[in-house]
Amino acid sequence: MDPIRVITQNCVGCKLCVKACPYEAITLTGPLVEGRTDRNTAVIDLGKCTLCGACVEACKRYNAIVITRRTFKGQDVATYSGVAIFAEHRRGRIASVVPEIIGAARELAKQRASTVSAILVGNGVHAFTDELLSYGVDEIWMIDNPAIGDFDEDVQADLVSEILLEKKPEVFLGGGTVVGRSLLPRVAARILTGLTADCTELSIDGETQLLKQTRPAFGGNIMATILTQNHRPQMATVRHKVMTPAEKVSDPKGKVIELKHIPVPRSKLEFLEFVEEKSATINLVEADVIVSGGRGIKDPKNFSLIEKLALATGGAVGASRAAVDAGWIPYSHQVGQTGKTVKPTVYIACGISGAIQHLAGMKASDMIIAINSDPNAPIFDVAHYGIVGDLFQVVPELIKRLEAGA
Amino acid sequence: MKVFVCIKQVPDTTNVRINPETNTLVREGVQSIINPFDVYALEEAVRLKEKHGGTVTVITMGPPQAESALRDAIALGADNAYLVSDRAFAGADTLATAYALSCAVRKLGGADIILMGRQAIDGDTGQVGPGVAENLGISHITDIRKIEEITDSRIVVERLLEEGYARIATRLPVVLTVVKEINNPRLPSLKGKLAAKKAEIALLKAADIEADVQRLGLNGSPTQVMKIFTPARPSGGKKFTGEPAVTVGALLSELTTAGISIRKSGK
Repeated sequence: MDPIRVITQNCVGCKLCVKACPYEAITLTGPLVEGRTDRNTAVIDLGKCTLCGACVEACKRYNAIVITRRTFKGQDVATYSGVAIFAEHRRGRIASVVPEIIGAARELAKQRASTVSAILVGNGVHAFTDELLSYGVDEIWMIDNPAIGDFDEDVQADLVSEILLEKKPEVFLGGGTVVGRSLLPRVAARILTGLTADCTELSIDGETQLLKQTRPAFGGNIMATILTQNHRPQMATVRHKVMTPAEKVSDPKGKVIELKHIPVPRSKLEFLEFVEEKSATINLVEADVIVSGGRGIKDPKNFSLIEKLALATGGAVGASRAAVDAGWIPYSHQVGQTGKTVKPTVYIACGISGAIQHLAGMKASDMIIAINSDPNAPIFDVAHYGIVGDLFQVVPELIKRLEAGA
Repeated sequence: MKVFVCIKQVPDTTNVRINPETNTLVREGVQSIINPFDVYALEEAVRLKEKHGGTVTVITMGPPQAESALRDAIALGADNAYLVSDRAFAGADTLATAYALSCAVRKLGGADIILMGRQAIDGDTGQVGPGVAENLGISHITDIRKIEEITDSRIVVERLLEEGYARIATRLPVVLTVVKEINNPRLPSLKGKLAAKKAEIALLKAADIEADVQRLGLNGSPTQVMKIFTPARPSGGKKFTGEPAVTVGALLSELTTAGISIRKSGK
């Protein structure tokens, strides 16, 4: 039997599935709809279908499309409980995404009436336990061992896997950071469970009690909600700066559990050095204000104007792909689908038209201000405030006002 | 040196537009392309071959029409190409995809270096690279911006992180995922285009890669899509037109009303 089928007697030929299919795999070329002479039923081209389920969702009213799954045997779901998070850290600091994941985890744990645990592995990591506990973590599962280097990601993946197998949380979350998005896939492939990348929304489904993992795809043009039904833990990485950070608790009651019996393997990775990118305006992901320049900047030396505005706002400098591809500014400044995803409090787009791939990287910003000479530029569709005008006049005026204390 | 590149054929999302009435993707005229990040991986593979000798093998898992992406890869300098395609692979999530690709690599005799883009621009997950490495039992390093050197099966790379980069060394074999900073891909040469036309693209079906069928496609995928929807389209906010002194003033007073300051604090 094919994994996806059209139940012809239920199909009314409404075309909703045809529209919903992202892969153009459905046509209305089947037998006639019952009782009609002018409408045909849907047919799915199995060569094009990826079994994404969009049509099933679209056809909810008629239930004419079904997907049959016979997923390989999962874990014994009932023996898993609690929400765990990966306490990412590097060079003596807990990653700034961690309080956000704990915030999300606490919400989920509340809905499941369970607990939040943090997995903390590394060298000297007991130094982080007070901070983690202050965010309301119930337990810290810790392996503190001088043999675990900050950059020994393979060893860390190994230890995280072992801890998950032993402690059996039903949900495991990590940051949508470079390390999170490298370590968690390795862990998921090791312990054979599902992992959803870069989620922007997490909740517990009221009916099934499963973790609903919602994430953007196609550069943010489509949102998908994903479930991991038969495998545990249900794993997800969480996009930075989307979830509300956990509030600190006044008297932390959580405890630290050391897992000394888990052996620390040798790393195959050899860390040589870390080179910090010194530029004060570079850490886009953390910035509260970002001032970005695009094609409208016209010349590399005009980027100094963007830098000046960034300085006046205390913000970071971003750029569209057009500006980076033109060689006006390094790639590390690029915001968008093939660059960085940012979510500052204020995003100021100067001379950026607002191509879809740029919007994908910044449209979650709390407030977007656009400055563009073209009143029809798509950037104005997502901007909360827009100024139609020549950026070479508007930006200096804005700098002047800000410096004057506006 | 045996270098493999795993590529994915994706819709060219830079051309994707939203139909404002139906709020759905406009698909007409949207081309299929090699995932742009994979083009950087392929270019890096070809450069490694030019420097160290060896072969560049490209594989993709996908529907039959993904063959055209493999031909494009040959035009860009790959020596061999394999299409991993079978009904049994349909509906694969990243776990099942990584499993199938690793079976194919193993079947083809293994690799010294497996390169791929940091993520595909349709799914945006970036999970297949680490998954392939885990299945093959070899190391992986993501977000590589530079391969510094390879000597006696020791490789030194620069890995891009949020606040800088790390220099890391490891032993081959290894899976590396690359960021676009790594190189400037060349355009297809005339010789490459001719080779692409003539190339034989070998087909690998599920039985050919000696995979456990339970771990393939939909059956091998723990994650399942519950719902797909288009995000609510923002309606646009206030727009000011006129002299800069007026528009900037209007903007700043709106921000003040909204309780937002964009002036650098402590000044």
